[in-house]
Amino acid sequence: MPARVVVLGGGVGGTLVANLLDKRLGRDVSVTVVDPTGMHDYQPGYLYLALGEASGHWLSRDERTLLRGDVELAIEEAVRIHPDAHTVQLARGGSLEWDYLVIATGARLVYDEIPGLAEGAYGFYSLADAERLRGALRTFTGGKIVIGIAGIPYKCPPAPVEFAMLLEEHLRKEGLRERSEVVLASPLNRAFTIESASKLIQPIMQERGIRLETFFNVESVDPSAGTVSSLEGDKLEYDLLVLVPPHRGQRVVSDSSLGDAGGWLPTSRTTLNVREYETIFALGDATDLPISKSGSTAHFEAPVIASRIASKIRGTAPAQNYGGRVMCFLETGNGKATVLRFDYEHPPVPPQPNRGWHMAKWIFNRAYWEIVPQGRLPDRAPGTMPMEV
Amino acid sequence: MKTTLITTTIDARGMPCPGPLMSLIGAIRQGQIGDVIDVLSSDEGSKTDIPAWVAKAGHELLETVPEDGYARFVVRKAR
Repeated sequence: MPARVVVLGGGVGGTLVANLLDKRLGRDVSVTVVDPTGMHDYQPGYLYLALGEASGHWLSRDERTLLRGDVELAIEEAVRIHPDAHTVQLARGGSLEWDYLVIATGARLVYDEIPGLAEGAYGFYSLADAERLRGALRTFTGGKIVIGIAGIPYKCPPAPVEFAMLLEEHLRKEGLRERSEVVLASPLNRAFTIESASKLIQPIMQERGIRLETFFNVESVDPSAGTVSSLEGDKLEYDLLVLVPPHRGQRVVSDSSLGDAGGWLPTSRTTLNVREYETIFALGDATDLPISKSGSTAHFEAPVIASRIASKIRGTAPAQNYGGRVMCFLETGNGKATVLRFDYEHPPVPPQPNRGWHMAKWIFNRAYWEIVPQGRLPDRAPGTMPMEV
Repeated sequence: MKTTLITTTIDARGMPCPGPLMSLIGAIRQGQIGDVIDVLSSDEGSKTDIPAWVAKAGHELLETVPEDGYARFVVRKAR
């Protein structure tokens, strides 16, 4: 009887683990992906959609078309995980049994944690939010745009910086720059989490006239007054407010008493096992790992989990550990980008922005659907970089 | 260390920057005025980030205690 693997979540991490296991083990494994929507979004594209540079069609595909033929897809919502009984309960009734469980449920956006955020702020962290922001930017005729972050951790730490840079360029192209002010309000005393990258970025922001407001942890929004207030006691006026909403782990994690206070899964830094459970793994945004929540992280974690499950099924010694590898592009506008490559032990040393990395990001954006979910990039030893182009 | 009634202890040892600071900010968000939060951090960046944020946000840094391989930051939520 084949080993039963249930994968919760059909994002980049879940899809890649499912396909790699099927590819590697064939008839020795039966893989089921459980996803509430059955649609797979390329989330890094939301940023471009908001700025009118991409269409929603390009960013969303039917998950079925991304899975190998033998991988089952259940369009269902998982509501409870029973680690000891090795089952997952589904919202519409019934449950699935598993020998190995992979939790790739991602993050949840919790708009209501910040008073006024849902009514007063735009965003680009979901397809619907990005489309709404695109509409607002189409009718924007100048004014003060404040970009802020309403809680850490959040997905893709460089994204607000990228948005500020690309927005500034967009305003110039639209002839609105002289009538507009762009402010990036950061929760930290620098542009974003990674210090070396902030040092590279801040002078560029200054050159472009993007004002950096530091130690601004969004506490509330007053849509009628057009102000956003911080935990530190500061207040900024805005004409258009773009916020990253607070993120939490999914309810199924908390409801199963598996998460921490934020709903993130306590996950081994190297084996990616959840808590003390040797047959449960987690990856991507769902974990509590002290590393970027991003598709890139999930992309590097997925082969480790697939390899470790395959070793267990085959009865061989597990060979792969996750070393914390992440790689992200960071758009700086004007057709240039830099790249952040790092792991648990090595902070990034980003190169000066250039056209090559911008092109690389665009090629990756286009090639994503054909190479990433299917695991078509070559297998590699731990620590090398499958996404490097 | 002086005798201070600690409301919450955050053991952020091993957590890279900005984890310890963000854990402190989270505790301040959820806490009550007067709460005393003890942050344990082995990250070098905390030595500048935490005092700078506490001053900016108008809270009180009661003491910074160097320990073996880490530091403790004792912060009172002042407003």
